[in-house]
Amino acid sequence: MDLGNVASLSLFYPEIVLAGTILVLTILDLVVANKRAMAYLGLAGCLVALGATVDLYGTEPTLLFHRMVALDNFSLFFKVVTLAALVGAIWMSIGSGEVRQVHLGEYYIVLLTCGFGMFFMASANNLLMAYLGLELVSLTSYILTGMLPHNRRSAEAALKYLIYGGVASGTMIYGMSWVFGMAGSLDYATINAAMAEGGGNQIALFMAFVFILAGFGYKMAFAPFHMWSPDVYQGAPTPFTGFLSVASNAAGVAILIRFFYPAVSTLGQEGAWAFQALPALQWTDLLVALSIITMTWGNLSALNQRNVKRLLAYSGIAHAGYIMMGLVVLNNDGLNAMLFYVVVYLIMNLGAFLVVMIVANATGREDMDAYRGLAWRGAAFPAVCMMVFLASLTGLPPMAGFIGKLLLVAAIIEGQFYVLAVVAMINTVVSLYYYWRIVKTMFLDEPAPEDGPVAATASAMPLLGALMVLTIVLGVYWAPLLDYTTGSLGFFMP
Amino acid sequence: MLTEALTTSALLFVIGTFGVLVRRNAIIMFLCIELQLNAVNLALVAFSRYVGVEGQVFVFFVMTVAAAEAAVGLAIIISIFRHYRTVNVDNFNLLKW
Repeated sequence: MDLGNVASLSLFYPEIVLAGTILVLTILDLVVANKRAMAYLGLAGCLVALGATVDLYGTEPTLLFHRMVALDNFSLFFKVVTLAALVGAIWMSIGSGEVRQVHLGEYYIVLLTCGFGMFFMASANNLLMAYLGLELVSLTSYILTGMLPHNRRSAEAALKYLIYGGVASGTMIYGMSWVFGMAGSLDYATINAAMAEGGGNQIALFMAFVFILAGFGYKMAFAPFHMWSPDVYQGAPTPFTGFLSVASNAAGVAILIRFFYPAVSTLGQEGAWAFQALPALQWTDLLVALSIITMTWGNLSALNQRNVKRLLAYSGIAHAGYIMMGLVVLNNDGLNAMLFYVVVYLIMNLGAFLVVMIVANATGREDMDAYRGLAWRGAAFPAVCMMVFLASLTGLPPMAGFIGKLLLVAAIIEGQFYVLAVVAMINTVVSLYYYWRIVKTMFLDEPAPEDGPVAATASAMPLLGALMVLTIVLGVYWAPLLDYTTGSLGFFMP
Repeated sequence: MLTEALTTSALLFVIGTFGVLVRRNAIIMFLCIELQLNAVNLALVAFSRYVGVEGQVFVFFVMTVAAAEAAVGLAIIISIFRHYRTVNVDNFNLLKW
């Protein structure tokens, strides 16, 4: 189906709810003195939008607003992921000492707008819409990164993010302009038809795809477009770092899959995709190389980090590399494993940042020394949770991260990418070292006399418990989630 | 005609990219990013003369987004200038490795 502007509104209510929440918050910011109430209103808006998105799941795939936006299970899946990350981030922000310094009204408005942009990244069916969604996310992210007042790190991180982001999006639209010139349209369906006929000059098309990959890859933080991520993670307020690490990654995955699969490939037999745009060039080799470089670079750089937020940033780069593995096999098994990993990563990484926030609230520090003997300084529950999240990030059974990695590696072994599988295994072993160094610091190291007791932030405890339980439960009973991701591979096919 | 326009656009893009890589003044780097965007605009307009009007619509959106990015970007540059009293990126070395 292909709906016009007014008819589309009836299928657009999650976005309308979210946009309405943003507008109401903007007005309330002017009249309400108690800014903390705005957090609860934003949370309520997200939950209503989440209900609406779940309600729409399973609708017949439809194109809205004259083919600009696709409504299908795939986009709804990523909207659910975005909203879950938003709920987690707002909940974290309520308890965060860092966020208390900023102008709270603006903070929540811009945070919700960032999530709103991710909705369009997930559902764009036109290069113009993809660009606008990506830029909406980027601009709001720059603002949120630089929001901490009187903080050099925050301002410096924002400037670096701005420069890298500007170059990446400029490069991306340059590639888009070439695709437009060769395909004759910005609409994904027309691009697909043009690619099926052979596209155009192979070298030019290859360059254009690499440029577009750079823009999307910068959102996902994979090498060599990852340079912004450690600085931004370290400088930004911790709740926003948590949001950025999971939601920006998820939105990058969404926009990447939608462009490189339904838009330029064709679905063949048994879920295998034919990437017919570049018959003469080995596109998958490039993706394999990028994936290997990303995970290795991320893990090796993380080895001697002292700042835990920065360490998690490099671990995030490594995870972007793992997620990339699902792309190289060019079939639905790989995509399914990617979606599964995105959800698992959301849960475990948000949890890890939550513990970072709790420690920073109590001690004002983010370096490894602040974690010395954490379990014996009155924060045993956060320490145990952190151990669960780190075990899951490493990929140890029985945690959810193990199942996620298992699915990805199974997919690439089935696709006979043995080198990639071996590299992924070696990388997992490397990551064991730096994740478990934190665990060792928390449990085995004696607290120094100057390390005071750590008061765990009370409001964050229910979220922390829920994330920990989910990490373990999904590790032993993952079938419902796997069914959900399999069902979410229903694309609107042009 | 298309060839000349695309060559100019590619040249502008390369100058922009090169500028970001070698210049050290945050405002000049920012200008170079704008140069990249203008290269894109030129390419889009040149293509749309041959394949359809959508490219020209894209150009309007690129210009709008560039204006928004300039607003956010200059605000960030002002905020960092307040801390460091300079906009030379070599001095911003609090976050590294």
